[in-house]
Amino acid sequence: MAQSKLPGWVNAGLIPALNLLTAFFVSGLVILAMGENPIDAFGYLIYGAFGYEQAIGYTLFYATNFVFTGLAVAVAFHCYLFNIGGEGQAYIGGLGIGLVCLYLGDLPFWAILPLTVIGGALFGAAWAAIPAYLQAKRGSHIVITTIMFNFIGSSVMTFLLVEWLKKPGSQLPETSHFPDQTWMPKMWELAEKFGIKMAHSPLNLSLIIALLCCVGVWFFIWRTRWGYEMRAVGRNPDAAVYGGISPAKSIMIAMLISGGLAGLVGLNELMGVQHRVIINFTNGYGFVGIAIALMGRNHPVGIFFAALLMGALFQGGSEVAFEMPNITRDMIWTIQGFVILFTGALEHMYRSRLEKIFIRKDAEGTV
Amino acid sequence: MGRNGNSNTAAGGQPPAVELINLNKFFGHVHANKDVCMTVERGTIHGIVGENGAGKSTMMGMLYGFYQASSGRIRINGREVKIKSPTHAIKQGIGMVHQHFMLVEPFSVLENVILGAEQGGLIKTSMDHARKELDRLGREYGLEVDPDARVGDLPVGLQQRVEILKALYRGAETLILDEPTGVLTPQEADQLFRMLDTLRSQGRTVILITHKLREIMEITDTVSIMRHGTMVAHRTTSETSKEELAELMVGRKVLLEVDKTEATPGEPVLALDGVGFVDDTGVSRLEDISFTIRAGEILGIAGVSGNGQSELLEVLFGVSKVREGTISYHGKPIAGPGKHTNSLGMHGLGVGHVAEDRHRTGMVMDFTAAENIILGYHNNPEINGPILMDLKKVDDLCRDYMEKFDVRPQDPSLLATGFSGGNQQKIVLAREIERDPDLLLVGQPTRGVDIGAIEFIHKQIIELRDRGKGVLLVSVELDEIMSLADRILVIFDGRIVGEVAGGEADERTLGLMMAGIDPTREAQGEVA
Amino acid sequence: MNDILMHLVLVADATVRMSTPLILAALAGLCSERAAVIDIGLEGKMLGGAFVAGTVSYMTGSVWLGLMAAIVASVLLALLHGFACITHRGNQVVSGMAINIVVAGLAPTLGHALFHINGDTPSLPASARFMSITLPGADFFRDVPLLGPLYSELISGHNLLTYLTFALIPFVAWMLYKTRFGLRLRAVGENPEAVDTAGISVEWLRYRAVMIAGVLCGIAGASLSTALGASFIRDMTAGKGYLALAAMIFGKWKPKLTVIACLLFAFTDALQARLQGVELPIVGEIPVQFIIMLPYVMTVILLAGFVGKVVAPKADGIPYVKER
Repeated sequence: MAQSKLPGWVNAGLIPALNLLTAFFVSGLVILAMGENPIDAFGYLIYGAFGYEQAIGYTLFYATNFVFTGLAVAVAFHCYLFNIGGEGQAYIGGLGIGLVCLYLGDLPFWAILPLTVIGGALFGAAWAAIPAYLQAKRGSHIVITTIMFNFIGSSVMTFLLVEWLKKPGSQLPETSHFPDQTWMPKMWELAEKFGIKMAHSPLNLSLIIALLCCVGVWFFIWRTRWGYEMRAVGRNPDAAVYGGISPAKSIMIAMLISGGLAGLVGLNELMGVQHRVIINFTNGYGFVGIAIALMGRNHPVGIFFAALLMGALFQGGSEVAFEMPNITRDMIWTIQGFVILFTGALEHMYRSRLEKIFIRKDAEGTV
Repeated sequence: MGRNGNSNTAAGGQPPAVELINLNKFFGHVHANKDVCMTVERGTIHGIVGENGAGKSTMMGMLYGFYQASSGRIRINGREVKIKSPTHAIKQGIGMVHQHFMLVEPFSVLENVILGAEQGGLIKTSMDHARKELDRLGREYGLEVDPDARVGDLPVGLQQRVEILKALYRGAETLILDEPTGVLTPQEADQLFRMLDTLRSQGRTVILITHKLREIMEITDTVSIMRHGTMVAHRTTSETSKEELAELMVGRKVLLEVDKTEATPGEPVLALDGVGFVDDTGVSRLEDISFTIRAGEILGIAGVSGNGQSELLEVLFGVSKVREGTISYHGKPIAGPGKHTNSLGMHGLGVGHVAEDRHRTGMVMDFTAAENIILGYHNNPEINGPILMDLKKVDDLCRDYMEKFDVRPQDPSLLATGFSGGNQQKIVLAREIERDPDLLLVGQPTRGVDIGAIEFIHKQIIELRDRGKGVLLVSVELDEIMSLADRILVIFDGRIVGEVAGGEADERTLGLMMAGIDPTREAQGEVA
Repeated sequence: MNDILMHLVLVADATVRMSTPLILAALAGLCSERAAVIDIGLEGKMLGGAFVAGTVSYMTGSVWLGLMAAIVASVLLALLHGFACITHRGNQVVSGMAINIVVAGLAPTLGHALFHINGDTPSLPASARFMSITLPGADFFRDVPLLGPLYSELISGHNLLTYLTFALIPFVAWMLYKTRFGLRLRAVGENPEAVDTAGISVEWLRYRAVMIAGVLCGIAGASLSTALGASFIRDMTAGKGYLALAAMIFGKWKPKLTVIACLLFAFTDALQARLQGVELPIVGEIPVQFIIMLPYVMTVILLAGFVGKVVAPKADGIPYVKER
C-alpha cells in the first residue's frame, strides 16, 4: 500500500477500468471457447440490463443487495480485515428480519421498518461477533473463521428452516408468509402515489436504505474518531496502541458494523420479494460483496457504481443465458471471479507500465 | 583511471583486492551513485563513512551482486569481473555481513551456514562437512559457537558470529561488514576488531561500513568518505581526524558537541521504586528499577540494545503492565501491581512519548502528516468534536507544527512515507512537544536521521529541559547520551547497574557497565 | 462385541477413504505455506482437478489420462496464483478466493457446454475409474479374529489413489526435512531475504512450492471424481479445501500432525453418514446438520487457541520485495 507516484485519477479511475476491461476480455475468451460470440453476448448483456425500463428496475434491485454486502466487506477492509463471512452474516441477518416480520407483523409498516433494520443488523452483527472476538482477543485468522461460520450458518439455517420455523403443513424448508404490512413497498408502487408511471419490478425502498448506508459509512470511516482509530489499527496496530487506541475495540467495531450491513440484505430480498425466509436466499451475494469492495476501492461511491455494474451483470446475464444455449448463469460467477482476480489480486499488473508513461512526462523538476 | 588517495600498501606489488572504477547506479531517475571510484589494497582494513542515504549501501550492493551498475567497472585482484548476483560475488571471494542479519531463526547454526552452500541434494553430507569446518574456523578465529543451537535463541553477539562464519565458510577473501557494532557492547566490539586484525594479518581484506568515526580512527588503515552519492575523498586514517571526517561527510563544519548550560533540576516529576516487569514468555525484563527524574533535567539511560530499555519505555508509557514496584508521577502513584495506566491516560497526565521505532510504533506510515500529528491526541476535545472530527483544525495544527519544526515539505496531506527520516522524526517530536508535556520520554531520537536534523532535534530536547520539563532519554548511541544527559544511568540485563553524572562520564567506564562489568573491580585487577 | 468392532472397522475404513482428498489438499497447502505463499485456492484447484478428471476420463475412457489432465489443470491454476502472488505481489487471500470463484463458475459452465447435464459430467464406467484394490490374501484372512477384518476391510480394498496418498505422506516429509530443496523451501518461508542474499532465487523457489501444491491438489480432485465418486458433480468439493487449510493449521504446518488432523475431520464425516437416523443414549437423535457442522466448529475452536498456540511460517502471506 505504498504511495503511488501516479496522479489520483489514474489510481482511482484508469487502473480499475483497465483491470475491469481485462477481466471482461478474458471472460470473452471463455465465451468464445464455448462456441459463442462474445460481442453478441455483450450486446445481450447490455440489453438485458438496461434495454427496457423493467430491466433497469431489476438491475437496481440486484445492485441494492450488492451495495449492502459491498459496504460490509469495505468497512472491514478499512481495518485490514478480510471479512469473507458476508454470506453467513446476510443469511443470519435474514433470520432476524424474518423473526420480526413473523412475530411483530401486526404493527404498522412504519413501526416495523426500523425494527427489521435493527433486527437484520443485530443478527448479522451477532454472526460476525464470534470471529471478530477471536481475531481481536486470540489472534485467530479472520479469513478462516468467517469461512467456517459461513458453513456453520448454512447448517444452522437449514436446521431451523426444516425443524423449527417451517411453515406448518408444508414440505418446503421455508417459513410462513409474512403478513402484508411487512411487505417492503415497491418503487413502482411509491411512484404511483405521486402519479408517476413506472414499470413493475422488484426494486423497492431498500435501495434508499442502501444509499443512506453509503452516506453513513462514508461519514463513519473518514469523519469520525472511531473510523480514524479503525484505519490506524488496520495500517499499524503497534502505533495505534501507542496512540492510545485499542485494536481489539476497533476490530470488534469494524466487524460488527460489517456484519450488520450484510445482515440488511434480507430487507431487499425477504421483505421486498420473497415475503418469507427461504433456504439459501443469499445466493452467493456475500461473496459478490468482495468483488464490489475491490472494484469500488472500498469507497462508498465506488461501491455504488460497482454494485450497479454487477447488478447489470446479474440481470443481463439472465438474458445472455436465455439467448445463448451454451451459456448458463454459472458464467456470471466466472466473470465475477475474473473481476476479483484482476481488480484484487492482479491490481498492480499495469502499474509499472503506467508509471513509466506518466513519470516520464513528469520528469522535469520533481524527481 | 588513476589511483585515488595516498595509500601505504602493506602488500607490496600485489594488485588491489577491490577496485571500483567510475561506478554509476540509477534507480529510475535517482542517481544513487555518481562516478564512484575506490581502491582497497589487499590485507588492509578500509573504512567507508557517510550519512544515511549517502550511497554506501548501494555501492556495496553492487560489489556484492545485489545490483548491477548502470555503468562502470569492478576489478577484483586486478582482474575485471562482472558481478551479477551474490553467488558471483561469493565466487569472487567476497563475503558480506549485513546490518540486519540474514538468518533463519528456527534453523540451527549449521543449517544457516549451509543454506545456499549445500553440497548435493541431500543435506546430510553438507551438515557433516560444515560441522567440521565450523569447528576449525571457530578455533582459528575465536568464533566458537554451538553448531546445533537454534539461531533464534542465540544472543545478538553470537548471531553476528554466525554471519561471519557463513562468510568465512564460503572462503571469503574480502569481508564487507555493514554497521557491525550497532548491536555490540564496546567490549564485544573490541573482540570483533581483534578478529578483523587477525584476518588482516592473514592477508585478507576487510571493508568496514560505519558511521562511528571513533571506530574508523581506531581500526582502519584507509577510509573513503561518501556524500550524496559521490565519493568525496579518500584518506589514510593516520593522517586525518574525526573532525575532518565529519566535515567531509556533511560538507560543513559540524559541532560534534552540543552547546548546553548547566541543568537546574527542580521537583521530582517521575519516580520509579522497585519496578519489575515480566514479558509474555515469562522472562523477567526489568528488575528492581528505581530512579527519579526531576523537572529541568535530562536523564539518560545508556545500554546495549536489548537490555530492557525498550521494556522500560513501554512500562513508563503504560503500554505494558508493571509486575511489581510503583511508578509515581508528581508524587502520586500511577502504576503498580493491580493499578495500571495506559497511553491515553499518560497523555492526559502530560507525558509525551517519542517512540524508539517511529516506523513501528511512532507513526502510521500510510497516514498523512495531518493524521499522524493527532495520533494519540485524536480524542482530545480541543482538537476533535464528540462525533465528527474537525479536519480543518487538524490541518491548521499540522501546518503550524511544520512551520515551527522546519518540516519539509510543508504539506499536511503528504503521506508519512513521503518525508525523509529526519522530517518524519520532527513530525513525531512536534506532536509530542507541542502538547507541552511535563515529562518527555524519548527513545533513539536520531536513529536514521541526517546530521542537520540531529542538531535540530538535540536543540529541541535541551530547550524542553531549559523550560523546566523532565526528559528521559534512551539511546544506544553513547555519544548522544554523553552530550545531552545531565545524569546517566546504565541498564544491563534489566537492572540499573550504575549512575554517572553527565560531565564526568567516560566511555570506558560506561562501556564496562553496559557489559555488566563493575568498573571499580576492573580497575583494581586485570589489565584490559 | 464383534458387532461394535465391525462398526469401528467400517468407520475407520470410511475415514481412510474420505481422508484421501483432504490429506492431499492439506499437504498441498502445507508445501505452499511453508514457502510463505498462502493458498486459499485449494478448493478451486481441487474442484478444477475433479472436473477435468471426470471429463477426460469419460472422453478418453482412460482414468490415467484423466489423472494427468487433472494434475495439469491444477498446476495451471497454481501457476496463475503464483503469477498473481509471487510475480505481481498481489494479495494472496484475494487471489485464492478469486480462483475458487472462477473455477466454481467455469467448471459447471464448461460441463454444461459439453454434456448438458446441469454442469455435471456423465457417470464413469468402472473401467474409467480407480476402483478398490483387493490386497493379496484379503479374502483368505477375513475370518481371522481381530486382525482379519483389520486387514481385509481397513487396509485392503482401497483405491490406488488412497494408497498413493499414504505413500506420499512420508515422501513429502522427507522432501521437506532431508533434501536441499526442502531446506531452502522452509528457509524462504521464514526469512526470504536470507535466501536471497545466499544467491538463491526466492521467486523460483516459491513457484516450485506452488506447483507442488498444484500437483497434489490435482490428484485430490481426481480422487473425488474418479475414485471416491463416479463423476464430477457441481460444487462437489463442498468446502474440503477450506477444511484442508484448517487441518494444516491444526497440524501446525507439520506433515505428521496435519495428516492426523485430516483423519480426524474425515472421521467426523464418516461418522455423520453412520449416525443419521440413529438414536443415541441420552441425546437422542442428533440432527444431521449438527454432525455436518462438526468439522467447522472444531476448526473454530482450534483457531480460538484452546488447543495450543498457532505459529505460522514467519513470512506467510508477505510478498517478497527486494528492499534495497
